[in-house]
Amino acid sequence: MRPFGAASYFTILKQIEVGQTPSIGFNAEAGKPGTMTGLTIDNISMRFDLPDGGHVQALKNVSLDLKAGELLSVLGPSGCGKTTLLNIVAGFLAPTDGKMILNGHEITGPDAERGMVFQQGALFEWMSVRENVGFGPSMKGMPKADKAKTVNHLLDVVGLQDFKEKAVYELSGGMQQRVALARCLANDPDVILMDEPLGALDALTREKMQSLVLKLWKETGKTIILITHSVEEALLLGERLIVMAPRPGRIHKEYRLPFAELGVNADLREVKKHPEFGPRREEILNMIWDMEEEIMGTKEDAA
Amino acid sequence: MTGIFFLLIYVAIFAGSAFLVTKVLAKGIRDYTSLKTVTFGDESAVRPNRAAGVISIFTIFLMWGIFTGSNLLPSFLHAPGPFLGETSFTYTAQVEGQAPDDAEVTVIVHPRGEPAEVPEVDPGDGFAKNDAVAIAQWRTGLITVDKNDELTKKDGAQVIAINGQKIAPGQTVRTADGSVTLSDKGTPNFEPSKGWQMEPLYLPAPEEVWTRSVQIAKDGFRNFTLLEHLGYSLFRVVVGFVLGAIVGIPLGYAMGLSNWFRGWFDPIVEFMRPVPPLALIPLVIIWAGIGEAGKIILLFLAALWIMAIAARSGVSGVKISKVHAAYSLGASKWQIMRYVIIPNSLPEIFTGARVAMGVCWGTVVAAELVAAEQGAGMMIMTASKFQNTDIVIMGIILIGVIGFGIDMLMRAAERFLVPWKGKG
Repeated sequence: MRPFGAASYFTILKQIEVGQTPSIGFNAEAGKPGTMTGLTIDNISMRFDLPDGGHVQALKNVSLDLKAGELLSVLGPSGCGKTTLLNIVAGFLAPTDGKMILNGHEITGPDAERGMVFQQGALFEWMSVRENVGFGPSMKGMPKADKAKTVNHLLDVVGLQDFKEKAVYELSGGMQQRVALARCLANDPDVILMDEPLGALDALTREKMQSLVLKLWKETGKTIILITHSVEEALLLGERLIVMAPRPGRIHKEYRLPFAELGVNADLREVKKHPEFGPRREEILNMIWDMEEEIMGTKEDAA
Repeated sequence: MTGIFFLLIYVAIFAGSAFLVTKVLAKGIRDYTSLKTVTFGDESAVRPNRAAGVISIFTIFLMWGIFTGSNLLPSFLHAPGPFLGETSFTYTAQVEGQAPDDAEVTVIVHPRGEPAEVPEVDPGDGFAKNDAVAIAQWRTGLITVDKNDELTKKDGAQVIAINGQKIAPGQTVRTADGSVTLSDKGTPNFEPSKGWQMEPLYLPAPEEVWTRSVQIAKDGFRNFTLLEHLGYSLFRVVVGFVLGAIVGIPLGYAMGLSNWFRGWFDPIVEFMRPVPPLALIPLVIIWAGIGEAGKIILLFLAALWIMAIAARSGVSGVKISKVHAAYSLGASKWQIMRYVIIPNSLPEIFTGARVAMGVCWGTVVAAELVAAEQGAGMMIMTASKFQNTDIVIMGIILIGVIGFGIDMLMRAAERFLVPWKGKG
């Protein structure tokens, strides 16, 4: 954990006073030089045996090389192994084949270096907003004063300065996801894994939160893997985008997109007017549409 | 007959007060619910009517008073009471070869517990002589009318009519203030009219229960004060419940966290859970006797399975995303136990504790009914053996009040300690 410098903290206070959105105050260039070498996913396969003797090939030969600070969004029809992939990277599942290297060491289990943001319901409702965000620091025994500073700062950054002492169940869905983001950032992980973090939000809140995610990404310089069902969201947020195909789960196609860079601190609706945005969206939609039809077995019938 | 009137009066009060409160008095209230055009089937529009609750409780006492002739009510509200005073009927006796002869029977009906003198009556003429008897209210009297007659049953005398109405053994004739049934052996059996009131033996008036309660509270019952009786019951419940929770909660956690524990204890817990604790009373008495130890073992067993199952489902109910989130925030197993699993299971444990306290309270009363030196259940059981219905009713009310109080306390504790219940 890199402690926040007093200077940056006061800078933020000043920004609040003049009515600006405070910035996160630390970035990737500032810390851990040399240790952040990115995430390598090397030929991962995942096979579940079923009780009836059969098996499911959830993932087959998935390889990815993610540099520090990259934002990767993952799209795909349901059942293509997106969530399995994320759980493997998080360390909750051991792959049946292949390995993952993060910052020079192999991933074997969950760790604070890989933070996770879930769709909903992963906050601890028995703790206040402040305690939720301070959970990670508390677990590693950070001194109280440092913890309070980190938590205050992050809650200001995500725009919850007036809700610090509330119970999480008193907040709206969007606010709860802000808490989840802040909680994840409080631990200063190297990689943030997001499992449809905005999936349960209404469309308007979702757009706001997309901007926030982009802002946090740019300011913290975190490596982020984001799973989503929304093609637009994947295009807007993904500096890199992979489309996965089912049966067996595999990487179908990969894109490098300019929209995330354009969207940082900008109006996302303007980004959507970019001449390349529409065609890309159509292309990916068609791709997933075809996969869904293949799953449903209606392609032959229709043809 | 009385039952139908009782029901009619009750329904009349129900309907009448409903009309009065909702149609007459509540006019002009325009809250949010009253603005809804359709409320039938809208569960959120159904709220308990406070006035109905108060009137309902009042009605119970009112009905109790009406049908017991309570002093708390003006006497015109009382249901017709049992006949009291002097009444009479005539009987016609017949002996073969003689003209039938009438004689009058004077009956003094007196309150129970206040014996009345049997008046002297003029024997009258003919072979059948006039009689006089005393009968207590709500009782019947077999009147051996031929005892003082010149010609008795031995001479072949038979009662053939009452008040001029023909009667045969087994038949009944109504008289002014009661009815006469001829027994199989031909002796008239007079039953004074009972009215519609309950006999105090079955249901004493409210004020009698109150007087008795005050007396018991002051003097105690069977060598123990009222507080000691109730205190013993509560003490057994609390000790049994606490022991059950101390063993049951860790057992439930172990079952929720370990395959081996789950597999080992599942059959035991699942078998013991549906066994009513009352069914264990005989075995516990055989093993531990009727003293404190036996009762506490019984309550321990009553609470144990409930608490174990509550703790188990509390652990099983934790969302995997919460546990995963804690792991990826760097929590150790112990920290996950302390900061995620235990707080997450507390609402379930509190629900289980409420159920367990309720079951324990019921079980302790039942166990005391069977055998105890002191306690609420022993009090009502002993009182019933001596036909002290007022003490029985007082005991039932106190047991209900304490059970209700326990539940209220548990709810308050729950609101205070686990405000996040149901909010996850």
